[in-house]
Amino acid sequence: MLELRSLSKSYAGKPLLRDVSFSVNAGETVCLLGASGSGKSTLLRMIAGLDFPERGRILFNKLDLAEIPPHLRDFGLVFQDYGLFPHLNVFDNVAFGLKMRNLPVEEIKPRVAALLKQMNLRGFDSRRVTDLSGGEQQRVALARALAPNPRLLMFDEPLGALDRSLKEDLLNQIRGILRRAKIPAIYVTHDQKEAFAVADRILILHDGVIVRDAAPQEIWRNPRSAFAAKLLGIGNVIEGEIVAENRVKTEFGIFSLGCPKKIGEKIQLLITECAEGEDAEEIQLTVEDVVFKRDQFQIQGSGGLTFLMNEAPQVGKVVAVKIKVQCLS
Amino acid sequence: MLWIPPLLFLTIFFFFPLFKIFNLAFDLRSVFERDNLQIIYRVSLFTFYQATLSTLLTFALGLPSAVLFSKFSFKGKSLLRALTAVPFMLPAVVVAAAFNSLFSYKFSSSIFQVFNLQPATFNFLLILLAHTFYNTTIVVRIVGNALAQLDPRMEASARVLGADGFRVGREIIFPLLRPALISSALLVFMFDFTSFGVILLLGGLNFATLEVEIYVRALQLPNLNLAALLSAIQLIFTLIFSMLYSRLINKMQTQSTPRFAPTRPPKTVKEKIFVGAMCGALFVFFLLPLISLPVRSLTRLEADRGQRGAVQYGLTADYYRELFVNRRGSLFYVPPVQAAVNSLGFAALTVLFSLALGHPAAYALAKPTRFEKILDPLLTLPLGASAVMMGLGFLLSFGRLIASPIFIPIAHTLVALPFVIRALQPALASVPERLRQAAATLGASPFRVWQTVDFPILSRAAASAAAFAFTVSLGEFGATLLITRPEYPTIPVAIARFLSQPGGLNYGQATAMATLLLILTTLSILIIEKMRFNNVGEW
Repeated sequence: MLELRSLSKSYAGKPLLRDVSFSVNAGETVCLLGASGSGKSTLLRMIAGLDFPERGRILFNKLDLAEIPPHLRDFGLVFQDYGLFPHLNVFDNVAFGLKMRNLPVEEIKPRVAALLKQMNLRGFDSRRVTDLSGGEQQRVALARALAPNPRLLMFDEPLGALDRSLKEDLLNQIRGILRRAKIPAIYVTHDQKEAFAVADRILILHDGVIVRDAAPQEIWRNPRSAFAAKLLGIGNVIEGEIVAENRVKTEFGIFSLGCPKKIGEKIQLLITECAEGEDAEEIQLTVEDVVFKRDQFQIQGSGGLTFLMNEAPQVGKVVAVKIKVQCLS
Repeated sequence: MLWIPPLLFLTIFFFFPLFKIFNLAFDLRSVFERDNLQIIYRVSLFTFYQATLSTLLTFALGLPSAVLFSKFSFKGKSLLRALTAVPFMLPAVVVAAAFNSLFSYKFSSSIFQVFNLQPATFNFLLILLAHTFYNTTIVVRIVGNALAQLDPRMEASARVLGADGFRVGREIIFPLLRPALISSALLVFMFDFTSFGVILLLGGLNFATLEVEIYVRALQLPNLNLAALLSAIQLIFTLIFSMLYSRLINKMQTQSTPRFAPTRPPKTVKEKIFVGAMCGALFVFFLLPLISLPVRSLTRLEADRGQRGAVQYGLTADYYRELFVNRRGSLFYVPPVQAAVNSLGFAALTVLFSLALGHPAAYALAKPTRFEKILDPLLTLPLGASAVMMGLGFLLSFGRLIASPIFIPIAHTLVALPFVIRALQPALASVPERLRQAAATLGASPFRVWQTVDFPILSRAAASAAAFAFTVSLGEFGATLLITRPEYPTIPVAIARFLSQPGGLNYGQATAMATLLLILTTLSILIIEKMRFNNVGEW
């Protein structure tokens, strides 16, 4: 449906996005993950038509959008701090997109009422948006974006300004809506939890380039780059040096694995807990700290490595941990 | 008890004259006299008419300027912004003289011949332009601020939801700017409504606004009942406007937290043309009068004394030299430069009076008791009264005593006092009580506490307040014109007299005197800006 072909854009003379290409298919939710300032929001603004790429094309249903102004694109956009119209009440905010399409009042009223009900905002019609809580405001913003039945929904860190418990509620609501409505969506965030919760596919943006484009479970199993592993909080990233063929020396011992590098070169490795039935290495670790995490314990060991364990060892004891080691690029 | 001296001062010199005016105004026999009613109707109508046109013209220039300053960054922006702000602080007589001088050159007077304008129409146009000249900065500040605080996501959201450019403006931007638009319009309208010096000096008695008519009925064609009645009407209108204004301001403050959108250089061709054209227009409009005045004061443009015919051109310092000569048959009994000496003396006294009275008042208002809270509106009430009206009040109240020149700085103090209190009060309120207590527990006597804690904080605010009082006094025209005696002219009064007389020499001296005042006020404006306490003392 949506297709981006080698988009480039610079900001203040420096390249912000370089040859970014990806597509979003019908009914699919794509999560765009990257550090702040990596150009995620700019990408969304370009898709919405509020900003322009220096090179490259944006197509929707094979149609080039370059000449189509934002108000004719039929896309929805939800901002981090809602962007609600402070001079309009809840009803008029939600109805705004419908009014802009010159729909008759008889059609607007039931549509808005249904959306407010769906968002648990029944009876909020005439409330001032400035009097609402953050969570309520974001639900109004969501209803407002959904009202005109957009062909594509975009979220720009929609939960960034909310506290944690609200975040999870709203995240589930967004998930439900996206699943049911089957609207293709792009969800921008820097929070890996949100990304894993809503995404059919995750795109990782780093230094203006898409460095990874894969399903969440795939990325979790094999993040490939040290940047992706750190951004997503997967396992431990450590340094090593290739000392012989299939031999990597680290401060935790020498591991045997094949990496596409020459002898003498430095390399980054990913160390994760070992799943059942996998090839395992074993290391000895002095326990420095134990933190309770839901039904497991996070063990912090010497050298800054952390692992999740089912039982809590004593601090100061040496334990053996079965691990999986992967090369990263 | 600190509030007693300022309150006493206001009672004698403001409320008592005000009472006198109202007493005279509502003498029922005169209220319903047919001639009076006709004059009131005609004058009020014209006042509204000229104020409305002036406000419209101010917005025609002010709105694009507000967009220019709030959206774009470009070279020389802060300089251009400062240039548009200077006229607001300039005395009305200087503005009038500057606009007058613009069209005293040969080439520029031919401009209006081309358009075949009647002199009266031309003068009216000049009045509107002069009002625009000093009020544009109000629109730039209030609307520009609102524009800069307009969340850019509002527009983005509306666009994505299907609003085209026109509907974004009508449904989103205009409603969000409405409070700023209305409040700045009210403020500009109020200043235009009470404008006196500009109208009198550029239009003469032909353009009878309420202010001008009060002056005429007080001194030229005496009818004190009518003058008082007009003053009362004027006061009622200004009170209504200021009440509307303060209600709007309160509304604006309850709006959500401001966030400033960053400015950026113009990008598209359209934007570049807009920025270039606006910069050029503002530069010319605001700089030309300010340059034209001093240049004209140094240029000979008339025939030599006693010689008919040949007009002499060239640079000359004659007009300045002439200021020191006491000619027989001149306008004054003293050399004209005496006006400058008088003005400086009155200004110094005004600074003294207004600081002496403003300081205790500001102390009382900084930590008010319940009773002192009611004082605040009382102390600021003189702001609502026009200067001409104060002059009339003095005439009605003090009879022969008015011959004493001391009433001039007293009138100036009335005008300056509210500003002085407004400048001092926040500075005083900002001194933490704990600092005073700490100093006291360390063994400082009350005087030492004041000297070591209050004084350093207060001195900057006091310097700014003093410069403000000084500027107000130097430029004050309306009240002075009504109560002054020929022996004690001030600079603005002297300029007005020179302008009202025929002859190149008189005209030249007017421009020389106005240039002097321009320089003096610009210097005090610089001091005020330097010493301003945390940006307080705005409207």
